[in-house]
Amino acid sequence: MDTKGRNGGKKGNPKNPAKAKKETTWANRKISRRTLLKGAAAAVGLAAGSGVIGKFPTIWAQKIKDIKLLQVGGSYSSIIDIAKQATKDLGFTIEMQNASSDALVNRIATQPKSLDIANIEYVNLPLLIPRGVLQGIDRKRFKYWDKVVPIFTKGKYPDGRTVSRQGVSPYEVQYIPSANAKDFHDGPSGWLTGIPIVYNADTLGIRPDLIKRPIEHWHEILNPEFRGKTAFMDMPSHGMMDASMAIESRGDHKYGDKGDMTPAEIDLTIKVLIDAKKAGHFRAFWTTFDESVNLMASGEVVIQSMWSPAVTAVRARGIPCYYAPLKEGYRAWADCLSLMGHLSGMKLDAAYEYMNWYLSGWQGGFIAKQGYYSSVPETAKNFMSEDEWGYWYEGKAAKGEIKDPYGNHMENAGHVRDGGAFWERMGNVACWNTVMKENRYLIRKWNEFIAA
Amino acid sequence: MGRHRAAPPLLSFQSSMMKLSPKTISYLQVAPLTLVLLVFLGIPLLAVLAVSFFDYDDFNVFPAFISMNYVELITSSLTYKLYLTTLKFTFIVWALTLVIGFTTAYFLVFHVRKLIWAIALFLLCTVPFWTSNIIRMISWIPFLGRNGIFNQTLIFLGITDKPMDFLLFSDFSVVIAYVHLLTLFMIVPLFNSMARIDPAVMEAAVDAGASRWGVITQVVIPLSKTGIALGSIFVIALVMGDFFVVRVMSGGQTASVVLAISNEITLLQYPPAAASAVGLLVMVTLMVSGILRLVDVRRELTR
Repeated sequence: MDTKGRNGGKKGNPKNPAKAKKETTWANRKISRRTLLKGAAAAVGLAAGSGVIGKFPTIWAQKIKDIKLLQVGGSYSSIIDIAKQATKDLGFTIEMQNASSDALVNRIATQPKSLDIANIEYVNLPLLIPRGVLQGIDRKRFKYWDKVVPIFTKGKYPDGRTVSRQGVSPYEVQYIPSANAKDFHDGPSGWLTGIPIVYNADTLGIRPDLIKRPIEHWHEILNPEFRGKTAFMDMPSHGMMDASMAIESRGDHKYGDKGDMTPAEIDLTIKVLIDAKKAGHFRAFWTTFDESVNLMASGEVVIQSMWSPAVTAVRARGIPCYYAPLKEGYRAWADCLSLMGHLSGMKLDAAYEYMNWYLSGWQGGFIAKQGYYSSVPETAKNFMSEDEWGYWYEGKAAKGEIKDPYGNHMENAGHVRDGGAFWERMGNVACWNTVMKENRYLIRKWNEFIAA
Repeated sequence: MGRHRAAPPLLSFQSSMMKLSPKTISYLQVAPLTLVLLVFLGIPLLAVLAVSFFDYDDFNVFPAFISMNYVELITSSLTYKLYLTTLKFTFIVWALTLVIGFTTAYFLVFHVRKLIWAIALFLLCTVPFWTSNIIRMISWIPFLGRNGIFNQTLIFLGITDKPMDFLLFSDFSVVIAYVHLLTLFMIVPLFNSMARIDPAVMEAAVDAGASRWGVITQVVIPLSKTGIALGSIFVIALVMGDFFVVRVMSGGQTASVVLAISNEITLLQYPPAAASAVGLLVMVTLMVSGILRLVDVRRELTR
């Protein structure tokens, strides 16, 4: 499977997976009658969770066509094109639904059987794992684990530096001690909470044409110079982090852990925000991608917290927008695919197949063209042209026009990605999106801030 | 219900199978709706009520009977601030929709002479409702924005030299959107009540020497009480229960009671969210029953 996709970056899966499956099937002809019976039994739903792993007896290969897996996730990562390609390559059906982060977390917590695969942010895991609605992923059955960037597997950069643990760093919530554990495992174990899929390093977006000077620090978002022309994200998990980055950068306070503030630190942060709000500092608080794009493109704001593709979307309208790399580093986030607890038997096997497909490259190449990173860049590379790889991952100037996954114009030749190469961006993570131990208090304070 | 009791008794006794008392028949007739309301409204409401007494930590909700959620709700100054904001919007929007709704309905019923035109114009009022209310609301944003059409026009005409920022992401824009979205809910019941007013009553008032204003205050308003009451119930309930309009149009800078509930749900804090929801329900119920106390809607409707 590792050679999969070595065809010069053309889209599509070069090796027919159906054929691959048949090979596996034929290779396993000698399996004992007992195993076969077990498999057959599972196939008709009599014995869920049989021991046949990753090997499909003939009857399975026939039955697997009928399998449907429903993935639910954010619109930026659970993209229908990925489901279509997976369905084509795998021979069973992947369905995709989009939900906002809040709606999804509530759905997983209260109706866990209404989906099969959850595309969630790592920051949601501390809320979901203790509820026991997800099941651990057997590390051995996910074949790309050794190739996943070490941010996730070891909590380190390739050069050995430790990745910031402020906020919910993926590494901290990556492992659980056993399949159905309700708490996390400190350090690597055989069970994963999710398979990392997309991630990015977020920073402030600015309108260089309206600011006309370099922006190099987080505290600029609180600079009175931009009164009435700034926006934050209307989510405590992200907004508090951006605020604390700015407060720390301004030198007001050094947080013990920005991602896990004490009540006093929450008070301090909220006070700064309320004072700024009362002074008319903020134009708006946004929750959706579109809102952030429109705020920037219409000139309502000139500096705001933003997502990378939103910056591109503003630029695609011919309006200058810059994703400013800041001295203090980035606020990063990451998404994973997690298995719902109810999956078993053939459906569970199919889910593993799907996860292995997910990181085999096609999806990585697709989302790279949106500005996100794949957790296994080396497979994604096979599905990108040399120029695309150079632009998105290596920080090189684009040789030709850069297009989005749908072939629309994104950047002209000569443009260099803001923030530069992959490790220049991802290697400079200051903090992650977060849920805090003091969440209950935080939500009350955040509501006070919004109501102020 | 009363009407069936007055039905010719013969009908009920024609078949020996149908020896049901009129009372039973009435109960049977309301049974389907009662059942629907019970299953889809009653039980969920009871669930919310039950959860509001539950205990919770960051990860789980524990069935219990504690009053902490209510104590926190009642003792928090935030609650009062939220209600104050929400009630402020409710009152402003109610007053504006009432004035606009009353004027529109009055014009349609009493000034448009041909019924066909009145109906045509009435339908015209509903045209905006053929598009999604989210679209209708969001289209205010580019219009009112700093570089929006309205500000651009003002600058072009030389009325101001700087764009007016208060137009968007402010209480002003929230009220504009609410009034735009909700006025029809006032127009419809008012139109309905006014259309039932016998023109002879108004003529009699004029003959008795009433001025035009006198006719409105002495005849039209008292006779459209039902419409005013129903329209007010719609508008008040919708504004009190909203979080989307207030969030989008204030640019996330103003909170409402429901917005706070939604923030709690984001972090799966169901018990306090349920307690807030029960609080809001009590509040809205009080307001609606207050209105119903002032106007006997049932009597007026069967008039």
